[in-house]
Amino acid sequence: MQKTGKQEKLGGADVGELEDICARHRKEKGAVISILQEIQDVFGYIPEDCINFVAARMELPASHFYGVATFYSQFHFSPRGKNIITVCCGTACHVKGSENLISVLGRELGIPEGRETSADQNFTLEKVNCVGACSIAPVIIINRTVHGKTNADTVAKEVKRLRGAKDGKQGGKD
Amino acid sequence: MENKVEKIEIKVCMGPVGITAGGPAVLDAFGAELERAGVSARLEKNCTRHKVGCKGFCSRDVLVDVVMDGRRTTYQYVKPHMVARIVREHIMGGVPVADWEVNEDYRTFHDRQVKVVLSDCGEIDPEEIGAYIEAGGYEAVRRVLAGITPEEVIEEVKRSGLRGRGGAGFPTGLKWEAARKQPPGLKYIICNADEGDPGAFMDRAVLEGNPHSVLEGMIVAAYAIGAEEGYVYIRAEYPLAVERLKKAIGQAREKSFLGKDIMGTGLNFDIKIKLGAGAFVCGEETALIASIEGQRGMPRAKPPFPVAGGLWGRPTVINNVETLANIPYIIRRGADWFSSMGTERSKGTKVFALTGKIRNTGLIEVPMGMSMREIIFSIGGGIEGGKKFKAVQMGGPSGGCIPEHLLDVKVCYENLMKLGAIMGSGGMIVLDEDDCMVEVAKYFLNFTQMESCGKCVPCRIGTKRLYEILDRISKGEGKEDDLTLLERLSRDVKLASLCGLGQTAPNPVLSTLQYFKSEFEAHIQEKKCPAKACKALSVFRIRKDLCKGCGACMRACPVAAISGRQKEPHAINRGICIKCGGCFDVCKFGAVRKGKDQKNGKGKKRKLIST
Ligand SMILES: Cc1cc2nc3c(=O)[nH]c(=O)nc-3n(C[C@H](O)[C@H](O)[C@H](O)COP(=O)(O)O)c2cc1C
Ligand code: FES
Repeated sequence: MQKTGKQEKLGGADVGELEDICARHRKEKGAVISILQEIQDVFGYIPEDCINFVAARMELPASHFYGVATFYSQFHFSPRGKNIITVCCGTACHVKGSENLISVLGRELGIPEGRETSADQNFTLEKVNCVGACSIAPVIIINRTVHGKTNADTVAKEVKRLRGAKDGKQGGKD
Repeated sequence: MENKVEKIEIKVCMGPVGITAGGPAVLDAFGAELERAGVSARLEKNCTRHKVGCKGFCSRDVLVDVVMDGRRTTYQYVKPHMVARIVREHIMGGVPVADWEVNEDYRTFHDRQVKVVLSDCGEIDPEEIGAYIEAGGYEAVRRVLAGITPEEVIEEVKRSGLRGRGGAGFPTGLKWEAARKQPPGLKYIICNADEGDPGAFMDRAVLEGNPHSVLEGMIVAAYAIGAEEGYVYIRAEYPLAVERLKKAIGQAREKSFLGKDIMGTGLNFDIKIKLGAGAFVCGEETALIASIEGQRGMPRAKPPFPVAGGLWGRPTVINNVETLANIPYIIRRGADWFSSMGTERSKGTKVFALTGKIRNTGLIEVPMGMSMREIIFSIGGGIEGGKKFKAVQMGGPSGGCIPEHLLDVKVCYENLMKLGAIMGSGGMIVLDEDDCMVEVAKYFLNFTQMESCGKCVPCRIGTKRLYEILDRISKGEGKEDDLTLLERLSRDVKLASLCGLGQTAPNPVLSTLQYFKSEFEAHIQEKKCPAKACKALSVFRIRKDLCKGCGACMRACPVAAISGRQKEPHAINRGICIKCGGCFDVCKFGAVRKGKDQKNGKGKKRKLIST
């Protein structure tokens, strides 16, 4: 696997964050999921080194953390893209054509089926089972903003807008 | 020229849909305009504007109530730029802007509803405990703590006839009684806010629209069973609900409805929030408990039932959000009032999420026993776009599809079960003539086979095989005896699975087979999809007379199968087309048509007969 984004070796600041997370949950029963959620909040995904680190600190086998982390679909084991696009595949969205949105988005973003993140790490495309906005199906979430009653045309435009924003920002920085 | 209004209240819908439609900006616009017009300054405290939770009629958002001296006007599709005119003509001039008011539809949508759980949702500011208290909130806690014994509370809940709204419909009073009777010691109450059923958002709406009612229900439950700790297990996909719940818990602690020595009565009870991590099976109670304990969310065999051995092995009551939200109203208004609504064995009301191909999508609450026809055609306004109704899917992956000829059946736990569906949490997904029932069954089996936790073989492997059979049928590759196989395997999976997930997973297959068998047969024998929904069995073509040559389909095509010059009719090369349907979905002129694959159909059929 390609190592991009956050480097896999833990640096000083990362260790500090992890120590804080462990300290918060040291006395709590059954905190494994909460710990994993907080790691993911900090790093955007769950780096292998982090699991080994917290497992040692919490005096639990690392396999326990892995077992739990791999069970729940919320946890990711590789870095995510800068922009996260979530397509709802719940029943209401499905009957209103969410499957097609996925193929359109996959194509627009250059993310082949079976993969989640584009090669340039700019976009992650993921599915979710219902976000509870079913009355405006089909729903997609772009970087936490919910868009309802979408169609292939509107999502393609959104992607272009995101691309433009990205290029603009980079241009400014350079 | 301002008319003499004494009191103005502006309520802006900020439910899940209201926010997306621009609720926050509308609320701000009212603030600015009222300020500018000098109304805020003149009326001071008597001029309020605030957010409210879901008002139900989501397809009309943003909905705004303007209440002037008790008279309410409701506006629909409100955008920030419309606010100035509403303030000028209505609030200042006293004449409502008739063009933007809700119409007759809105009244028919609401008139047949009876709101209990949703009575304050959409009316009060969900982030203000004061608003809930003013509406009578926490009265149930006060009353119970002031001198009703736990046994009497349980008796009242039993008498009300309230049954669990999370799916199975177990009588709530009985569950509480069983937990009460356990030897004293640590006990827990858990609110199940996992709402994993895709296409359902009732619990989300309640948690975001009136979180205090759920907390109050939990406090009463805790008192009744003798619990000192409670959890709300809520899915991480609902960040706003989590935020409002956290705020509500903080406010309840401040007012001494939660924490140590509640309202000086010596009762201790506090609530923690646990976030789910994206596993449908964690809605099942034993899996949910495992998840709170920090384990993989795998169900275990029952008994022991959670009321005897639940969280950390202690007696635990698990109730659904809507079940708990009913409690304060039952205590306040009495068991007799509650049981006067509904049918013989299903009392009270039920909240449903109307979605799919229905005109009035949204959230409704009706008395148990209303017919599905009334819900879908009167309240829901029928099918959108003048299409024909085909079925209503109820109960999500554990439920089934109910066809047209059974729509007059009254909604209650028993009737739905008889029809092969279940009440479930209350999602009603309406399907029209364009939906293929094989595809719907396949969708659900794909869902369950992915969400199966893998602990027991019948569910792990059985659902996968069911999915594969449905998949091949939908591609026109079904075999003659596939339907018998589907039926037999479905029965086996139901019988042999460990938990509710596997035991109900075949329901979508069985109910579609029961009511829509001919559609399955058409796929297998004629290689046709009567609804023209299964892409592998369709051909796409472009009607020259309708095509404007805009190029949208060409851009959408992943395999460059579409050619044509700008502003001239385009054409699809069938040899290259992979039938993804992208062109069909993007065409704004209805020029891309989906038809039955004649050639394919005939060819395969001949082969089938000759072998
Ligand atoms: C696979 C599966 C998923 C479930 N999901 C939920 C859910 O999301 N929300 C819920 O309240 N109950 C769900 N249930 C039902 C719960 O196990 C439990 O019966 C319910 O929370 C009890 O509360 P009630 O008596 O108030 O209905 C699910 C059950 C199964 C088998
Ligand atoms: S099904 Fe997509 S939001 Fe519920």
